[in-house]
Amino acid sequence: MGMKETKNAIVNGLLSENPTFRLVLGMCPTMGVTTMAQNGLGMGLATTAVLVCSNVAISLLRKAIPDRIRIPAFVVIIATFVTMVDLLMKAFIPSLSEALGAFIPLIVVNCIVFARAESFAFKNKPAISAADGLGMGLGFTMSITLLSAVREILGMGTLFGMQIMPASYQPMAIMTAAPGGFITLGILMAIFNTVYNKAALKAQKA
Amino acid sequence: MTELILLFVGSALVNNVVMSHFWGICPFLGVSKKTETAFGMGLAVIFVITLSSLITYLVQNYLLEPLGLEYLQTIAFILVIAVLVQVVEMVLRKVSFSLYQALGVYLPLITTNCAVLGIALLNVTKGYSLIESVINGFGSSTGFMIAIVLFSGIRERLEMSDMPEWMKGFPGALISAGLMAVAFLGFTGMIPA
Repeated sequence: MGMKETKNAIVNGLLSENPTFRLVLGMCPTMGVTTMAQNGLGMGLATTAVLVCSNVAISLLRKAIPDRIRIPAFVVIIATFVTMVDLLMKAFIPSLSEALGAFIPLIVVNCIVFARAESFAFKNKPAISAADGLGMGLGFTMSITLLSAVREILGMGTLFGMQIMPASYQPMAIMTAAPGGFITLGILMAIFNTVYNKAALKAQKA
Repeated sequence: MTELILLFVGSALVNNVVMSHFWGICPFLGVSKKTETAFGMGLAVIFVITLSSLITYLVQNYLLEPLGLEYLQTIAFILVIAVLVQVVEMVLRKVSFSLYQALGVYLPLITTNCAVLGIALLNVTKGYSLIESVINGFGSSTGFMIAIVLFSGIRERLEMSDMPEWMKGFPGALISAGLMAVAFLGFTGMIPA
C-alpha cells in the first residue's frame, strides 16, 4: 500500500465521505453527547479506536467469515472492542465515562462502524482498512467536536470548560437541550455542503 | 398501578426516546419521508423493543448476574437483540403473512436502532422490575412511534414547500426536527421526577 492510498483514504473520511455531514451516519451520539466540546472529542476518539480495531480485525478475518453469517460475526467483533474501550475508560478516565453514559456501549450500534465493516473492511486488506477506519473516525471526531464547540459556546459561554464569552453574555440554554442540537447540526450541514459543492464545482472546471 | 401508568406516560412523552434521549435518530431521519413507512417502522419498533425489554431482563437477572458476567452485558444484549429480530421475522412470516409484509423490510434495520439496546441498558441501570421493564419498553417505543409519525407528516409538507437550495434535504429536515423538539420540551415537568 502506497502513501498516496493511505492519504486518500484519510482525506476521504474527513471531506468527501464525511460520516456526519455527507453520509449522515451515527446520528445518535452526534446529538446525544455534543453539549460540551470535551465530550464530543472524547466520544469521537473512542469511536475512532473502535473503528480502527474492528476494521483491522474484520479485514484479517474476511476470508474466514462465511458470507451468510457475516452480520452476527461483525456484531461480536465490534461488541468485543466496544466492551474493551468501555472498561478502559471506566478505569482510567471515569469522569468522561460518566459524562458519556450509555453512549459508550451504544458504539456497538453506531452505523458508521457497521457501514465501514460491511462496505470497506470486508473487501480490503488490513493496512488500507486501518487507514479507512482512521479517516472515518477522524472525520466523525472533527464533525462532532465542531458541533459540540458551537453548542457549548452558545449554550454555556465556555469552550472546553473555559469561560470565553464576556460575563455579560446570557447563555442560550436551549442550545444544550435537544432543539439546539438538531438546529445547529442542520445549519452546520448546510454550510459544509454548500462550501463542499462549490469547491467540487471549481475542481471540475479546472 | 398509578405508578405504572405514570411510567408509561413518562417514557412515551416526557422522556421521549428520540427527543430527549437522542436514541433511534438514524431511523428517525432515514425512514420518515412518508407517513405510511414511518408508521410501519414504528409498529416494528414497538414489537421488538417490548419483547427485548422482557428478554434482556431475564438474561440480566437469571444468567449474567448469578454467574458474575455483568461485563459481558453489551455483547450479550446485542446478540439477544440480533437473534430476536431474526426470530420475530421468521415467526411473523409463518404466523401472519400480511403483518410480515407490512413490517418485513423494516425488521432487519431494527438491530442497529440504538433505541433497542439503549432501553435494554436503561432498564438495568434504573433497576426496574420485570413488569416495569416491559412497561418502560412499551412506553418508550410508543414514544418513538409518535415522534416518527409526526415528523413524517412535517416532512411530507416540506417536500412540497419552496425552500432555498441549501435547506433542501437533511438540513431542512434537521431544523424542523429541532422545532419539533421545542414542542416536546413542553412536556417537561408534567410528571414530577
